[in-house]
Amino acid sequence: MTDIIIAILSTIGASAILVASIGILRMPDFYLRLSVTVKAATLGCGLLLLSAAIYFPQTSVATKAIATIFFLILTAPVSGHMIGRAAYFIGTSLWKGTIRDDLRGRYDYENHRLRSKGEMEQEENIEAGFDRDKGSNQDKGSNNEEGLSSADSAENNPS
Amino acid sequence: MSLSLYFDYVILPILAVSLILVFVRLFRGPEVVDRVVALDLLITSGVGVVAVYSISTDQNTFMDVGLILALIAFLGTIAFSYYIEKKGKE
Repeated sequence: MTDIIIAILSTIGASAILVASIGILRMPDFYLRLSVTVKAATLGCGLLLLSAAIYFPQTSVATKAIATIFFLILTAPVSGHMIGRAAYFIGTSLWKGTIRDDLRGRYDYENHRLRSKGEMEQEENIEAGFDRDKGSNQDKGSNNEEGLSSADSAENNPS
Repeated sequence: MSLSLYFDYVILPILAVSLILVFVRLFRGPEVVDRVVALDLLITSGVGVVAVYSISTDQNTFMDVGLILALIAFLGTIAFSYYIEKKGKE
């Protein structure tokens, strides 16, 4: 009975890894390759480790296998997100059949920030308001400057 | 048909074929990020190969190797993406 469960689990896992490798070879674009690879490889590897955890009777081995599964599930999305972000930042080309790129123009190339649409509108509003404030401040500033310069000259004259 | 024979003659060949396909992408990849993803997939499949091999030979010591390989794959991908993003397009 246990043998049958192990055989089924490992067959599904090996098939998932095979599908992931075919996908990374056949997909036309880096982003499609990334999206096909991370999930299928995590599923396949997790199922193979689960079959190993069922096969060995010792508790320590099962704990090790389940810890590895947990680590894989935890780290695969993080590494996939980071490499996709780096690829978009260096300008990896999209597939020619792509009909929509939601991130176009959203990347700030100076401080490496990716902004949403609402954030960009908010920043534009703040910038417009800041310009207006700066304009009114400039008049005040010129007045102050005059006052300061006269004060400076008044201070400088006695010396 | 015992479980060891099934693993030796069915599961390990499937994994070997998939590793060969990933190697093709690793050598052909047009950009460096393609190679990084192929390397990540290669090491993740290596964890599965290690698990299958430890069942096939009935030695549970190999499971430690799988844990370390998963750790190295994560750190390698993070380091590659960090430095690629720092460097920018050449």
